[in-house]
Amino acid sequence: MSKNVLTIRNLSVNYQTDQGTLQAMRNVNIDVPKGSIVGVVGESGCGKSTLISTIIRLLATNADIPNGEVDFEGRDILTLSEDEMRKLRGDRLSIVFQDPMSSLNPVLTIGKQMTDIQYRDKKTMAQKRQRSINMLESVGIPDPASRLNQYPHEFSGGMRQRIAIAMALQAEPSLLIADEPTTALDATLEVQIIHLLKQLQSTIGCSVLFISHHLGVIAELCDYVVVIYAGEVVEEGTVSDVFKRPQHPYTEKLLECDPANIAQKTRELPTIPGNVPDLVSLPSGCIFKDRCHTKIDRCDNERPQRIDAADKHYVSCHLRSPQ
Amino acid sequence: MSVLEVNDLRVRFRVQSPLQALVRGNADPFIDAVRQVSFSIEEGKTFTLVGESGSGKSTLALAVARLLPSAEGSIKFNGSEVTSMSDSELMDYRKQISMMWQNPVGSLSPRMKVGSLITEPYKIHGLNDRDRKAEGRRLLEMVGLPAHFSQRYPHQLSGGQARRVGVARALALSPKLIIADEPTAGLDVSVQGEILNLLNKVQDDLGVSMFVITHNLNVVRHISDHTAIMYLGRFLEIGPTDTLFAEPKHPYTSALLAANPEPDPDALREQLELKGEVPSLLNRPSGCEFHTRCPFVQSQCKDALPELAGEESHHYRCYFPIAE
Amino acid sequence: MLQAIKRICGDPLGLVGLFLVALMVLSAVLASVIAPYDPIALNIIDRLQGPSFKHLLGTDQLGRDLFSRVLFGGQVALKIALISISIALCIGVVLGMIAGFGPRWLDNIIMLLFDTIRSFPTVMFALATVALVGPSLSTVVVIIVITSIPTYGRVVRTQTLSIKSNEYIQAELAMGASTFRILSMHLLPNVVGPLFILASMDIPTVIALEAGLSFLGMGVKPPTPSWGSILNDGYNLIRNTPWPIIAGSIPLVLVTLGFTFLGESLRDLIDPKLRKSL
Repeated sequence: MSKNVLTIRNLSVNYQTDQGTLQAMRNVNIDVPKGSIVGVVGESGCGKSTLISTIIRLLATNADIPNGEVDFEGRDILTLSEDEMRKLRGDRLSIVFQDPMSSLNPVLTIGKQMTDIQYRDKKTMAQKRQRSINMLESVGIPDPASRLNQYPHEFSGGMRQRIAIAMALQAEPSLLIADEPTTALDATLEVQIIHLLKQLQSTIGCSVLFISHHLGVIAELCDYVVVIYAGEVVEEGTVSDVFKRPQHPYTEKLLECDPANIAQKTRELPTIPGNVPDLVSLPSGCIFKDRCHTKIDRCDNERPQRIDAADKHYVSCHLRSPQ
Repeated sequence: MSVLEVNDLRVRFRVQSPLQALVRGNADPFIDAVRQVSFSIEEGKTFTLVGESGSGKSTLALAVARLLPSAEGSIKFNGSEVTSMSDSELMDYRKQISMMWQNPVGSLSPRMKVGSLITEPYKIHGLNDRDRKAEGRRLLEMVGLPAHFSQRYPHQLSGGQARRVGVARALALSPKLIIADEPTAGLDVSVQGEILNLLNKVQDDLGVSMFVITHNLNVVRHISDHTAIMYLGRFLEIGPTDTLFAEPKHPYTSALLAANPEPDPDALREQLELKGEVPSLLNRPSGCEFHTRCPFVQSQCKDALPELAGEESHHYRCYFPIAE
Repeated sequence: MLQAIKRICGDPLGLVGLFLVALMVLSAVLASVIAPYDPIALNIIDRLQGPSFKHLLGTDQLGRDLFSRVLFGGQVALKIALISISIALCIGVVLGMIAGFGPRWLDNIIMLLFDTIRSFPTVMFALATVALVGPSLSTVVVIIVITSIPTYGRVVRTQTLSIKSNEYIQAELAMGASTFRILSMHLLPNVVGPLFILASMDIPTVIALEAGLSFLGMGVKPPTPSWGSILNDGYNLIRNTPWPIIAGSIPLVLVTLGFTFLGESLRDLIDPKLRKSL
């Protein structure tokens, strides 16, 4: 057994659109070591949702995967049958979505939904119910036994996200995918959810793939971070390494742009000029070159290779290459 | 001079129909979404309202724009009372204020092109003497969009571009006051900066006053002169932005400031984490409405609502303000 | 628009629908050119004939050419369908938007009106009206208009209610736009799409209703040709010859299928959620 729960190698995903082939992800490598929290940072349109859909194998019908492997607990997810995949989802692999308002079925009670997803266990109804009560208690829902009979609309947004987390972790999966789970919440609730996730992760011992655009949250919660730009991984490493010594100009700029990083009051905030390139007609060379402030001639034609910048710290940038 | 002066404003929503209220014997079938709110916005300055969802901040904005009726209190715009304006006075008022809405794409009518969208205010107010095409180009240039964008539909715009279109439309009639509800919501960090810079630039160039509503404290610091913190429809703290950030007096303000994770893995955060969630407006807590979540709560807090107190322009509603 | 036609052509059922509808519209419009005989000219000598080169669908008991009668009957059917549905659409849209956008009490009144009309079974209502004012083409139109207004009105009201809460409508209000401007510029264009589908799927129902009323002798007055009266004649003659019944029912079936296929294909086209690819 390798020490990774999830290993993504050389993964590319294309969408067939009216305009042509949209290369949403290109040669992506991601490792999620056992028992760790890996953050994926990227702005809108960088391929975050494509990444999740690929891992849980729920890609849109117009998508295809020309190359790559998604190794989960020693098996390549992309080669599994539909049936085998269904057995994985919700059991070894579960997910918490961004919107707690729409990820729970509004016409079923919380208790019904939480016992239903334990259909794999050969336990009595009372045991399943007890398990749900314990789970709700561990995510900090007061008076869980009676609240089990309530419907989703009777809970607030923060409570619903807690319930969603309880449901996802109920089967003690080895990997939890969290898709921007705090984006729809207020700041004071965001902190609560992050701390809850961190605490549950260490008790259950699962790994977490945490998708977010919020750098502060990643810094707070994650061990490793992967920075994605326009469908490519541009930098990855431990959080402290990447946030302290960013190697890729995009990461550098992103950190600089975060208003939380700007202590001095200013009327002129830093930005990254330009737009994300069109993924249907990809530019040659480096994907970030048009918005890069340190562009050199090589960036125009040659695609940068993934290189070791430090221990477990990889970057794809010509400026960091030895030549 | 103040452009806008709000005094002791109250906005109520009916929660039961008159008949229901009569049958159930409920003498007061209303909830207060905004209560005892007073503030003023100086010419060319930015006033920011910070609060979590359900705090009533958007309701306050709608009441100021008179899109919602207010139950008590006064709203004065350049000295004239907004709450009692006639229809024609209201038209004139709407010419001088403009709103930017939370959803950058959703606030643009989906079947109109950008060109017509940004010049719509001229049509609404019957200003037919202007060359609308030229005005459209001028407005697009002001917000940094190329002229050919006038041919696009809202769904063909990115969040940041749609936001710029929103700014352009807000500027069309050269308003005195812009009300911006969450101007950076749903935008990427790199684009957030662009929009804030644009708002700052617009203010510097045109001297327009701004009323910004947000839940993002990081944003506030760089654009605003005065800030108010709102909770369950009431201001808990109000004062100059710099003071508020440097010496928050109310525990809630300080919790909000702490709730903002910095992108620094080694950052030692002040662990002032709030328990629980915002209570429902249907059952307001007694006394200080924040006492259910306050880490420093005392028995006195549960009995009576503290008055706004403080020195000069910095006021807060707390019996035990945080000492320096 | 071009893209819409292209998409319909990509869907086999839609293509069949489009073809049938086009066939009906063309034959109805060009009825006077195509028809070999006057549809009401009697020719007792040639009565009750089967199909031949002289009379493509045969003749009825009065010797009238059935092919010509079917063509002109189509003209009548189409005319009634188009006129009544357009009138019902216009009134329904206006009432629906008023109900959805206006004050609550007005909404309640309009809804009460709609529900009252809908609580009558259409055919009973039609029979009662005809018994009161007598059968005629305009009676049929009025009946159809009154009974279909609530359908359109309700759809428009629901759409209006959901669009009304969108931020762009709020934005218009904040700029000081008048109610008329909001309704005509911002609501109407977003409401009409689904309505046209509904209307196109209603056309066969209306045609069938007209045929039904005429079959019962309560619709179009003889000797004006109508598919319903052709069927009625055929029904009486069923022991002598099957041809009038066949001649009257084939176009009815084809047109019903045609409009239904086209309507469904249009619905798939407009509702992006049902669209197969992105």
